[in-house]
Amino acid sequence: MNFLSLFVLIPLLTIGGLFCTRNLKQIRWVVTINASLLLILAVGLVFAFLGERAAGNTAEMLYTAGMVWYAPLNIHYAVGVDGISVAMLLLSAIIVLTGTFVSWKMEFLQKEYFLWFSLLTVGVFGFFIAIDLFTMFMFYEVALIPMYLLIGVWGSGKKEYSAMKLTLMLMGGSALLLVGILGIYYQSGATTMNLLDLAQLHIPGFAQRWLFPLVFVGFGILGALFPFHTWSPDGHASAPTAVSMLHAGVLMKLGGYGCLRVAIYLMPEAAHDLSWIFIILTGVSVVYGAYSAIVQTDLKYINAYSSVSHCGLVLFAILMLNRTAMTGAVLQMLSHGLMTALFFALIGMIYGRTHTRDIREMGGLMKVMPFLGVCWVIAGLASLGLPGLSGFVAEMTVFIGAFANPDTFHRVFTIVACTSIVITAVYILRVVGKLLYGPITNSHYLQLTDAVWYERTAVVVLIACIAGIGLAPLWLSDVIQNSLLPIVGQLAGR
Amino acid sequence: MDYSNFINLKEELSLIAVVLILLLYDIFGSKRSLKYFQPAACLLMVAHIVVNIMPETAASAFGGMYVDTAMGGIVKTILSIGTLLVFMQANNWLKSEQTIIRRGEFYILTLSTLLGMYFMISAGHFLLFFIGLETVSIPMACMVAFDKYKHISAEAGAKYILSAVFASALALFGISLIYGTAGTMYFADIPAHITGSPLQLTAFIFFLVGLGFKLSLVPFHQWTPDVYEGAPTSVTAYLSVISKGSAAFVLMTILYKVFTPMLAQWQAVLYGLIIATITVGNLFALRQTNIKRFFAYSSISQAGYIMLGVIGGTAAGMTGLVYYVLVYMLSNLAAFGVISIVEHRSGKTTIEDYNGLYATNPRLSFVMMIALFSLAGIPPFAGFFSKFFIFAAAAEQGFYILVFIALLNTIISLYYYLRVICAMFINKNDAPVAAFRSDNYTRLSLLACSAGVMLLGILSIVYTKINLFGFGI
Repeated sequence: MNFLSLFVLIPLLTIGGLFCTRNLKQIRWVVTINASLLLILAVGLVFAFLGERAAGNTAEMLYTAGMVWYAPLNIHYAVGVDGISVAMLLLSAIIVLTGTFVSWKMEFLQKEYFLWFSLLTVGVFGFFIAIDLFTMFMFYEVALIPMYLLIGVWGSGKKEYSAMKLTLMLMGGSALLLVGILGIYYQSGATTMNLLDLAQLHIPGFAQRWLFPLVFVGFGILGALFPFHTWSPDGHASAPTAVSMLHAGVLMKLGGYGCLRVAIYLMPEAAHDLSWIFIILTGVSVVYGAYSAIVQTDLKYINAYSSVSHCGLVLFAILMLNRTAMTGAVLQMLSHGLMTALFFALIGMIYGRTHTRDIREMGGLMKVMPFLGVCWVIAGLASLGLPGLSGFVAEMTVFIGAFANPDTFHRVFTIVACTSIVITAVYILRVVGKLLYGPITNSHYLQLTDAVWYERTAVVVLIACIAGIGLAPLWLSDVIQNSLLPIVGQLAGR
Repeated sequence: MDYSNFINLKEELSLIAVVLILLLYDIFGSKRSLKYFQPAACLLMVAHIVVNIMPETAASAFGGMYVDTAMGGIVKTILSIGTLLVFMQANNWLKSEQTIIRRGEFYILTLSTLLGMYFMISAGHFLLFFIGLETVSIPMACMVAFDKYKHISAEAGAKYILSAVFASALALFGISLIYGTAGTMYFADIPAHITGSPLQLTAFIFFLVGLGFKLSLVPFHQWTPDVYEGAPTSVTAYLSVISKGSAAFVLMTILYKVFTPMLAQWQAVLYGLIIATITVGNLFALRQTNIKRFFAYSSISQAGYIMLGVIGGTAAGMTGLVYYVLVYMLSNLAAFGVISIVEHRSGKTTIEDYNGLYATNPRLSFVMMIALFSLAGIPPFAGFFSKFFIFAAAAEQGFYILVFIALLNTIISLYYYLRVICAMFINKNDAPVAAFRSDNYTRLSLLACSAGVMLLGILSIVYTKINLFGFGI
């Protein structure tokens, strides 16, 4: 056990603490402390990690620690981080903090709400620190199940349907994954479930070819891989704001992260042979998601489809199997995580005031809530890839990396995926125009107020991070690139 | 006669002592002293468990008729713990007006079936096995019909005894064919004579049907929903975990020990049975409205998962099975504890009646939720771990497709388990089950079950301990 386990212990203690709370004030204290501690820990980890690397420590994973859990099956509780997981941990901590602030005015059953929210946090953080396949898988499932109740109880719209659909589809993914994990373990003849050790072993070619699709689709379902993305729009639209933020912002990244860390890393041969199938699917995700966003009228649906498109790009970039594109994939995960969280937060705030999410019924909101309006524009610009914001950095890196593949197939699909930028611009600008400008359609909107302190905190933090990545991407991409070396090495040495 | 043999029957003897003490107490106890029957029964069970908790070394008695293995000892302890939990949950029901005069019988009958299971588990000879099987079946039918003034319970009793007797007859026929071909009924001697001839295959099938009935494997499951629905809830709980758990273990030991040379054949048979059991159980559970019927079908599909531990024929499979039975027992007893108390206090037994339960009885809803999540195999509850281990045991032997089908079924099962959770937590109800306080016995048993479900997975010690004693073919 080392300090990485704190990422799991803190939310667990929070759950215990929540059981002891008696009123709303105490609940808020507990969850705020939880989120702040996690953020402090994550920032501390970033500096510690950078320090280690600067000092010349080139080990693949830092701060590794483990203890035997189930000896008969060689299952360990093993943790460790590299640059990618550090970045994802920081992202998760930021979104948990902002999500907590966004949920400040939760109306009923607050204790239970934060209980499940913290359990979700446990799963997410646990997944990113784990380097043992079993531990990783366990945390992955821990993160899935609170979603059902979070959406079902606190959601809106056709929430039971969405919650059930989301849970069952994601559990379907985890079923594929479990077969994949068992297959990896037994086919490689391993005596450990530790990822680093498994990577040293060679999984026989045939086994790789049937295991790779299982694992990739298993994680891909969470990463909104076409045609398994349908849980995402319904789920995100029905979920309460903070849950949408955490789910689209972090949980969907579990998919991309898992594909990279497990599917590509452990099965490089199959990745080379079979990537074309998934490139086609993710290409469809990217373009189809963007087109779908154009025709939606519900703000949350627009953003959910936009997430499908952006997360599709993450998987697309991973499948390009080169270092630049994969760096772009990780950057895109971060960028999309922050961006989509910002969008969902803003949607929640606007919905809380106008009580509608239908863009046809809204207009001229810039006049009554300028702060939220400006933030919306910034988020939109980041989403369509304006230089200086995170979206640009990520997408540029992805497309440069993708186009570096010399063959026609990859290049054609890169161009196809590129068109999504234009389509994104269409739906973003359409929403900005309808929502923020034009005449005020409903006189009752004139009484609406702008954001209050806890809302502003959440929004400003997210925008600062988006701009931070956009303006100074180099340190981040350096860290990511170096951490991708082992994976690229696996691909080269197949 | 060599009386030292009896020392090996320590577990059975101590159980017989418990039965006899309770029997005498029930007959000769004054009306006032009988008030303490429930605590006395529970304490005696605790004492029985404590005395036998240390797994003993392998030993045999009566010339190999009775064979004790360490793993058998563990299973016996698990079953005794389950019985104790059932006793605690049954208190409410037994105290009611119609049953209070017959209360003692319930404990004695239950313990008699447990004794039968003990003998089945330790049998080294088909005769002893069959005596055990019958010792289980006949008192069990009385238990199912315990609420005899209720039409549905009496009917369930009749259904149970008829199917049970029929199944026993088939098993006995199978045993006789084995005796005919092998010339011996000792487990240790039979494998040498097993050739996999058509006659032996027939014998095996008949035998399997007999035990398949106990386990309610599809297609021998037809009695299950009716009996589960009709029987008193505590008896249903007992049937669904203790009876099923013991039958699963016994089937496994006999397949491992006796039918070893027919490995390929019985694997093929089990392959089909598992798929049918899991799928049919799940699909029928989808549309149930009565919660006891619902759990009947859920337990049918769970039996299919349990059989996944058998099919590999390995030590890991045995460990997985025993661990699975333990976890399944705790989860199911937690669920049945809630069902039992809700039924007793409000008389409500449909899933719709559970709408809005969280608003009035949050703790019970939490226990139920934990139990359902564990049954569905959701971490961090123990059910996740037990499912993983049993899948791993099957995958190790290359049954990837079977594991995959089973996993797809877990998604279906998640759907219907979530339906109950949806009812309790999400659905609104104008007339929910009124808030009530449970009695201490129920509370303690629910606490024990939920603690077990939450901790057994995270703390690996129980699994590792069980793993020490597993044996394969």
